[in-house]
Amino acid sequence: MAVIRTLRTGARRVAGLLTTPLLPTDYLDAIAPLRNAEVPRARVEAVRPETANSATLVLQTGRGWPRHEPGQYVRIGVDVDGVRLWRSYSVTSAPGRPDGRITVTVNAVAGGAVSTHLVRHARRGMLLHLDRPAGEFVLPRPRPARTLFVTAGSGITPVMGMLRSCLNELADVVVVHSARTREDVVFGAELRALAAQGRIRLVERHTRADGRLKPAELTDLVPDLFERETWACGPNELLDDLTTHWADAEAAHLLHVERFRSAVAVSGEGGTVTFLRSGTVVETDGTEPLLDSGEAAGVLMPSGCRMGICFSCVLPLREGAVRDLRDGRLTTAEPGDSIPVQTCVSAAAGPCRLDA
Amino acid sequence: MTTIQHKKHNPIAHLTPEDIEQIGIELDAIRDEVMASRGARDAAYIRRVIKVQRSLELGSRGVLLFSLFPPAWLIGTAGLSVAKILENMEIGHNILHGQWDWMRDPKIHSTTWEWDHASPAEQWKRSHNELHHTYTNVIGRDNDLGYGIMRVDEEQPWHPLHLGQPLWNFVNACFFEYGIAAYDLELGENLATKEKRRDPKFRAALKKVRRKIGKQVLKDYIVHPALSGPSFLHTMAANAVANLIRNLWSHSVIMCGHFPSGVETFETTSIDGETRGQWYLRQMLGSANISGSRLMHIMTGNLSHQIEHHLFPDLPSNRYAEIAPKIKDLFQRYGLSYTSGPLPKQVASAWAKVIRLSLPNRTPVPAAPAAPAPAAVRSAADDNRRAGWAQKPAVAASTAHTAA
Repeated sequence: MAVIRTLRTGARRVAGLLTTPLLPTDYLDAIAPLRNAEVPRARVEAVRPETANSATLVLQTGRGWPRHEPGQYVRIGVDVDGVRLWRSYSVTSAPGRPDGRITVTVNAVAGGAVSTHLVRHARRGMLLHLDRPAGEFVLPRPRPARTLFVTAGSGITPVMGMLRSCLNELADVVVVHSARTREDVVFGAELRALAAQGRIRLVERHTRADGRLKPAELTDLVPDLFERETWACGPNELLDDLTTHWADAEAAHLLHVERFRSAVAVSGEGGTVTFLRSGTVVETDGTEPLLDSGEAAGVLMPSGCRMGICFSCVLPLREGAVRDLRDGRLTTAEPGDSIPVQTCVSAAAGPCRLDA
Repeated sequence: MTTIQHKKHNPIAHLTPEDIEQIGIELDAIRDEVMASRGARDAAYIRRVIKVQRSLELGSRGVLLFSLFPPAWLIGTAGLSVAKILENMEIGHNILHGQWDWMRDPKIHSTTWEWDHASPAEQWKRSHNELHHTYTNVIGRDNDLGYGIMRVDEEQPWHPLHLGQPLWNFVNACFFEYGIAAYDLELGENLATKEKRRDPKFRAALKKVRRKIGKQVLKDYIVHPALSGPSFLHTMAANAVANLIRNLWSHSVIMCGHFPSGVETFETTSIDGETRGQWYLRQMLGSANISGSRLMHIMTGNLSHQIEHHLFPDLPSNRYAEIAPKIKDLFQRYGLSYTSGPLPKQVASAWAKVIRLSLPNRTPVPAAPAAPAPAAVRSAADDNRRAGWAQKPAVAASTAHTAA
């Protein structure tokens, strides 16, 4: 084995010398883009419309794609008008398919460049970039005896991933799902079929007719509400309401929420941001996260969940002040400092210099 | 050439400060238009060029495995030369300018790209993007003018050593990439004193260059030849020829950018307090284009659109040809000359200048006047309305510039 490993390393080194200053994989990318384990990619195999505004993409993952946990999301990089944009989507397929395919379901958000592009323009053969699956919104082991899922709109997507892979291990499942109309329910047919088979109890709420779901109503819909371990995903207002309701009932430990957007509370003062490594200088107004400002100026910024959870976007603040958009917390750095800040939820509060 | 401040017929004497600022406004509008319309078409262009270049390189190197056979040697060498030229010019130079950073593709980004060149990308970016593009054609500041080894202006004092400058220029052309690496290291200056030689910053930079050159040499002269077995020496020769052709080609193209007749040079002091419009004007007067076919433009990395490139160094190269008619029209409307010509003519013109300046001046250069020199832009009447660019007393450029 050691001999093979040595030979392999040797061969790799020679290949590296043959292609320097590029990597052998840079040449391979032209023919077999899915073979590159360092740059995980996926090819669209099929596009299935779900509702008028959503579609499921079947993706052929390449080398380097690790098994995901049901409920996790994956960041997908899409070239929209020539610009690589990254967004997170919940994986809706069961993990570990032998053909290496996964599915994600995309809801075209009004004004959403990536979601609209994917729903309208995704075609078989299109190449996408992937990040590693991430997220804590997963079912524990051993599985809970009784579960409740409260979802709204595209908030059903991570839950669908869980239902598709773990339903056999869950004994008592209630799904309370809100959508504007019956037709707007993503995976409507599949959910109703599961309910008809008696595998889940489904409560559909059509908000155009019945109005938005109030947490107080949940007690009537699900009498044993606080005896269930609950997973909730949907718009921030709903999740905020639920969090308060569960906290009031001293049952906060039973509620798990997944947000698609961070809750922005304050704005910074704005200022000149200098990205030291690239030498790029931008003026910011204090409402836009440093990550967005940098990306808009063409700086290669590390990024992740874009809502302050995953810490993939952290960069050292060398000098200046930034404000956390969620709670207004101020972080300052003196020359010589190197203070890590989350660029996706921080905005300039005066001139600042970032190591990027 | 003579710095514009000392010319008898000042080519911009007819422009008012308002004209110059208006030129700036019009150019900014052209730039904004392109910036706003960058998109999928441009991204597809650079990806296609990269793909063609890599396929051509792989194919040519494949053919060179059998370089023992003369036809294989010829085809492989020709293909590899073209691939190497594309890699340095249309791909490397332009990516390192940040022309494609907007795509946010980490594989095609100025901060991650490394090129097939003796000078590491990091060092080249500093000397080229920061110095040459900022101080374009300012004698003493822009070392691209003669690379610090040649006399490029009548106002520079002549020295018998300059007699050899046609030869230096030819040698520099043959080993151009190493010349550039030495020049990015500011080797002349940094080797001058013991103190500078021992500066850890310089030593670190030198180490990087040595390592880069080592890898490049190993690739072209050992590993690829070794792979071709009995064709070892033939492949080695083929790679050497491809590198030589690329060096001669890029040297010619680059010489055409700022050297042919019609291109102006400037004094160090003339750029103090320069406005946006004045900066643009200096770029317009300090660059020359090469006319030719689309293929010709691609092979020069669109540096054939040197004027457009110098006005907007970070616009995608495929757009220079598109905006060229607008720029030309602007030159005409403001009575400026848009220097352009076919490659052989421009190369000849540049070489003629190198040769002419290797000899002492036929007529003495007017001594630098102590009083404010003839203003670059216009008469003294509206001096007080004008930014410092035009009114600074001119200091003889030669005092600021010695051949390093």
